[in-house]
Amino acid sequence: MKKFLLPLALFAVLVVFLGVGLKRDPREIPSPLVGKPAPVFSLPTLSGDKPFSPADMKGQVWIFNVWATWCVACLEEHPLLVQFAKSQRIPIVGLSYKELQGSEAANALSSEADKLQLARERSLKFLEKAGDPYKLSVMDLDGSVGINYGVYGVPETYLIDKEGIIRYKRVGPVTPEILIETILPLIQQLDKPA
Amino acid sequence: MKHALLVACLSLMPWLAQAGEAQPMAQDPQVEARLVKISEELRCLVCQNEALSSSHAELAEDLRREVRKLIRDNKTDAEIKTYLVERYGDFVLYKPPFKPLTWPLWFGPFLLLVLAIGGFWRYLRQRRQLTHPHLDAAQRAQAEQLLKD
Repeated sequence: MKKFLLPLALFAVLVVFLGVGLKRDPREIPSPLVGKPAPVFSLPTLSGDKPFSPADMKGQVWIFNVWATWCVACLEEHPLLVQFAKSQRIPIVGLSYKELQGSEAANALSSEADKLQLARERSLKFLEKAGDPYKLSVMDLDGSVGINYGVYGVPETYLIDKEGIIRYKRVGPVTPEILIETILPLIQQLDKPA
Repeated sequence: MKHALLVACLSLMPWLAQAGEAQPMAQDPQVEARLVKISEELRCLVCQNEALSSSHAELAEDLRREVRKLIRDNKTDAEIKTYLVERYGDFVLYKPPFKPLTWPLWFGPFLLLVLAIGGFWRYLRQRRQLTHPHLDAAQRAQAEQLLKD
């Protein structure tokens, strides 16, 4: 009887490891940016107002959400963002990430201004139809700001505190569970008056 | 709308011309050679089992563009890797760095090997200690009797 105990124990350990492995999402990579200042940038906005930079949000806790109209998983989280925005808890700033893809973006025939125009038209049309949860959106056509934020799978969501430090990052759509169990408590904690 | 359609159609043309091939932005062969060498050690984050050098994912292309830029800015390999690690974490490196968090990764296999050798050695020693039971004449006769039955 004792002879079987060791293999059984080893098997149990293996099962636990495999079980944990199954539950983990290999796409989710711990971001080195959490705890670091949000990378600086200045980008044109969707509405065409003056360029936005993260410093404009100093003193506020805010959400930075990376999205694009071509991104299917963004559609999935969009209603939740709209609903959250209605609560007016904290502002959401959108980063329209590489709205023009592949051939459209590489097209040397159209000027940068034309590309920006096309991306704006498409994004505005989408937001008009699906609802606009964003205080404003900035246009990252070539994805270079995305690289500085370590974006690798849209949608991505960052929670940034009053000092401009990234406190949380989510790769993939925000689900109601994540919003309620992780993001909202964190907002509450960060949004306390100093 | 018409305008968008036209742009869409026109934009298909260059795509047809360069069917799926990763387009070199810089024609400088030295830069390209270094790019290939560095990006072979970097992981594409979209298709995680592909190296950055061979991936066709859009992000991989953007990152290669970024690396090219850094090469042209005369950054060292270490600086380029740090640049990417700062943004994407150690995960971009195929060869994980040596630090407490990755110790199990580096030592784990050797630890397992030592454990396995130890276990095997113990097993062999136990076996050697097994002496064959000695039978006297009466017992032998009894055993033979049992075998016959």
